[in-house]
Amino acid sequence: MTYKELTGKFLEDAGVSIGDTVSLVKEDVSYEGIILDRSNDAEDGFLVIKLDSGYNVGINIENANISLIEKGDKPKIGYDDVEIEKDSDKMNISIISTGGTVSSIIDYKTGAVHPAFTAGDLLRANPELLDIANYDVKALYNILSENMRPEYWVEAAKSIADDINNGCDGVVVAHGTDTMHYTSAALSFMIETPVPIVVTGAQRSSDRPSTDAFINLYNSVGAAKSDIADVTVCMHDNLDDKICSLHKGTKVRKMHTSRRDTFRSIDSEPIAQLKHGEIISTNLSYHKRGSRDLKLNTSIEEKTALVKSFPGITSELIDYHIDKGFKGIVLEGTGLGHVPNNLIPSLERANEEGIAVVMTSQCIYGTVNMNVYSTGRELIGANVISGADMTPETAYVKLSWALGQSDSLDEVENIMTTNIAGELNNSSSVKYFLN
Amino acid sequence: MSRDWKELGLKMGLEVHQQLDTESKLFCPCPTELRDDNFDSEIKRILRPTQSELGQIDRAAYQESMQKQRFNYESYNYHTCLVETDDEPPHALNKEALDISLTLATLLNMQVVDEFHTMRKQVIDGSNTSGFQRTGLLATDGYLDTPYGRVKIETLGLEEDAARRVDSDGPFTEFRLDRLGIPLAEITTDPSVHNPEAVQHVAYMIGQVLRSTKVKRGLGTIRQDLNISIAKGARVEIKGVQDLDLMPEIVEREVTRQLKLLEIKEQLEKRDAEVIDKIFDVDDVFENTESKILAHAKSVKAIVLKGFDELIGLEVQPGRRFGTELSSYAKKRGVHGIFHTDELPAYGISQEEVDKLKEFLSVGPEDAIIIVAEKPDVATSALEEVIRRSQMAFDGVIEETRKCLEDGNTEYMRPLATANRMYLETDIPLFQISKDHLNDIASNLPELPDEKKARIIEEYSLSEDLANQLVRTQEADTFESIIKKVDVDSTPVASVLAYDLKEIKRDNHNINNITLNKLVSMFQLLKDNKISKDALNKLLIAISDEPNKDVETLAQENNLTLLSEDEVHKIIEDICEKNSNMINERQMGAMGPLMGMSMKQLKGKADGSIVNKFVSEEIQKRI
Repeated sequence: MTYKELTGKFLEDAGVSIGDTVSLVKEDVSYEGIILDRSNDAEDGFLVIKLDSGYNVGINIENANISLIEKGDKPKIGYDDVEIEKDSDKMNISIISTGGTVSSIIDYKTGAVHPAFTAGDLLRANPELLDIANYDVKALYNILSENMRPEYWVEAAKSIADDINNGCDGVVVAHGTDTMHYTSAALSFMIETPVPIVVTGAQRSSDRPSTDAFINLYNSVGAAKSDIADVTVCMHDNLDDKICSLHKGTKVRKMHTSRRDTFRSIDSEPIAQLKHGEIISTNLSYHKRGSRDLKLNTSIEEKTALVKSFPGITSELIDYHIDKGFKGIVLEGTGLGHVPNNLIPSLERANEEGIAVVMTSQCIYGTVNMNVYSTGRELIGANVISGADMTPETAYVKLSWALGQSDSLDEVENIMTTNIAGELNNSSSVKYFLN
Repeated sequence: MSRDWKELGLKMGLEVHQQLDTESKLFCPCPTELRDDNFDSEIKRILRPTQSELGQIDRAAYQESMQKQRFNYESYNYHTCLVETDDEPPHALNKEALDISLTLATLLNMQVVDEFHTMRKQVIDGSNTSGFQRTGLLATDGYLDTPYGRVKIETLGLEEDAARRVDSDGPFTEFRLDRLGIPLAEITTDPSVHNPEAVQHVAYMIGQVLRSTKVKRGLGTIRQDLNISIAKGARVEIKGVQDLDLMPEIVEREVTRQLKLLEIKEQLEKRDAEVIDKIFDVDDVFENTESKILAHAKSVKAIVLKGFDELIGLEVQPGRRFGTELSSYAKKRGVHGIFHTDELPAYGISQEEVDKLKEFLSVGPEDAIIIVAEKPDVATSALEEVIRRSQMAFDGVIEETRKCLEDGNTEYMRPLATANRMYLETDIPLFQISKDHLNDIASNLPELPDEKKARIIEEYSLSEDLANQLVRTQEADTFESIIKKVDVDSTPVASVLAYDLKEIKRDNHNINNITLNKLVSMFQLLKDNKISKDALNKLLIAISDEPNKDVETLAQENNLTLLSEDEVHKIIEDICEKNSNMINERQMGAMGPLMGMSMKQLKGKADGSIVNKFVSEEIQKRI
């Protein structure tokens, strides 16, 4: 029972609970229906009844008389079991669910969309997936992606490596979209993969008929079966339910709060486009299936921060991170990679204390270049490392990983400026903007 | 034709959907007007059925999904937004729409819910980009007293209108997003209406209640659905009745259909009929057919209905056979139609081919065959539906949602919706409706249109026609405000509001510039005899074209002001002086010509009655 004090007691006194069919009589009106759960954040003193017509109404329990008509079960959400038979002609794809909208359904506890699906439920909701591959499904954890933590990247990477060692032909990771690009970047650095690893999600939850989950999943399985053995993100290419873009895991970012085509390649183009689970075009080179052996390196430093510069920023924000023992700071500077020059003494102090500082740009697009203006040159003087054309998010993930690899600032700088997983481009292109 | 409705056990109820005339849509700030110009962009979508909160897929939603429809949505850059394209969560509930609905609930003596919950009603025919219609139950347990007795108003819902379907030649079903999200009030009565005239009148009375509030007017802004059953039949919902006068005819034809279906059921039982649950490939039979449809089809498939001979050709409504019923089920699976042996030979299919077909399928003279010519999977899917519908014939009348056709016939749309179609819209907070707010609404109730018309005729001695127009155009309140402020003759005020404004708008003048204050100033000039009635129309145009100038200035600039009585008198004196010979000759007989001359010279600058007075005086003086 999740009804709060007043209503909770009201129900208890009447000996009725969620799922029961009841009659509720008030002075001028009466209702008959099933008691539903009520969201925790909604006001106490109201009871939710589902009427025969299917409508829910909220009833103020003041001066209301309730009586039981019929005991019932609490409504359950779930699919009947689907027999999953393996077909030796089909490729074996591993689906790992981590939660998020792609694998979420309405939760009557909170009254909101909530991750509550297992990876198996994904197949039951999208039975067409069974036509194109065999699956092993695993619910790794079940969280909203805003609650994602670096330690979960490690867990996911290990689980994926296990699946690859066990012979799977490709991996699909179902993920919440908010921090999907952090996870795709983390997996890119942690795993050198011989098979495709595709991260996907949904912007409209899978409890809706208009969900984008199906097309994203179907094309992700297509990508996982393909020759593109990189860590990628596969999401809607545009507003149509038709084509998905396959983005490099390190060059992608969520760019819109709600659109289906929110994920865009930044300072890059999508590696490929898919339709009906098939690749219809490729734009960039990639690691071919089987061209690398599996290598897993999950050491990371969690004491890494991402700090955004703004006109009124003061050095306290930098000092705070130094004092709190952070090992690395990614700055999201302005323009070509600047912060106000009053921050420079603190950045010098960070450098002296062995803290790695990496500069990226809040312009999102384009390459950091600290040689053009004097502030930039002063930042170079404070040993601030250029994040070049990495997104701030990718630079943050990479710095966490680099600090896991070495305690030496020189070595960390070396890692940060060396292309590991497609995160750094040598040259820019007119094609890399707003595409 | 007159039937004994009571003996038939005729029961009818109404479901009325009315668009509300709000500034913005129910869950987004977009305007509520429809567009006829070219759309800006197009989006392609698919929809999938999902579980409801009770763990079952709804049968109507499932049926629609079987068609695997793909949809095109036409959108406008600045007239629709990402909410309509299902690319942004809905905004908060529109309070204006809620208040209009609360007013309706109060007028219909209903009990308003304590807390309004927005639900998602699954509709995956594509008419909602989200795959559900957002809807909520606002009030229950009302009533309306009619000359046919008290009718219970069961529910009042507030919901969003669907996207409107537009014609397209493409393979996708095309919808335009301008209508999606316009607030709709949905009013349902209980099935307590027992004769066709009564149901028409109840619909009229509900319309009167609706029109007393801020609702949209015109074609397509109100849609009536009719629920109808007879004792031995089943409940059928007839969607989209536009014309109230057609209602008795629809009832008559639906009762006919239900009786015919019962007759078919009886016949089938008597004949020990049977639907053979098997689909046969009959391509070989039509190898050398003259029928273009069959010759061009990728496959020809057939089913056998044992004991159905002649029943498929039986008319169930004027011009519609039982075969048409079967065909409308098949059409839901993407075929253009079916052929049945009751209508063959025809369509280029010869008697020899029919005989060959009967032989091939070893059927007897009592049996019927249905043929579909299409791609193999489509033909199979369509015939599965025909088998399903044929099996239902043994149950007599089937619960269905049907579409109203222009002649009063109806056509199958989908199975009747079940309650499972709804689950909570979690993106919109629950909305509590306080007693204080309800009291506010109750103390500001509008008059019903008929009441208002009767009152203003009485109170302002208006003609029936003017009062009717004022109420219809929703200008009665403005009329009363003006009369309250200016003690002027009511007829020109009513006439301006009922007719002139409409005419000026039609000529593309911006009548939004004609504010209440401007109207008051204008009628004040009329009252003060500074302008004449004849000048009103021209002055209204001037006001709408030059909103920054005050009304009296506009009257002067446009030469619409009346001359003072002295000036008028002077002019008439001159005219009479020049025509003194005529006055001498004709005496009072000169009145007509002199009036004509005076009015011509004074055109619109003097009131006729004053001119008349002075002309008469001047003649008197000279004889």
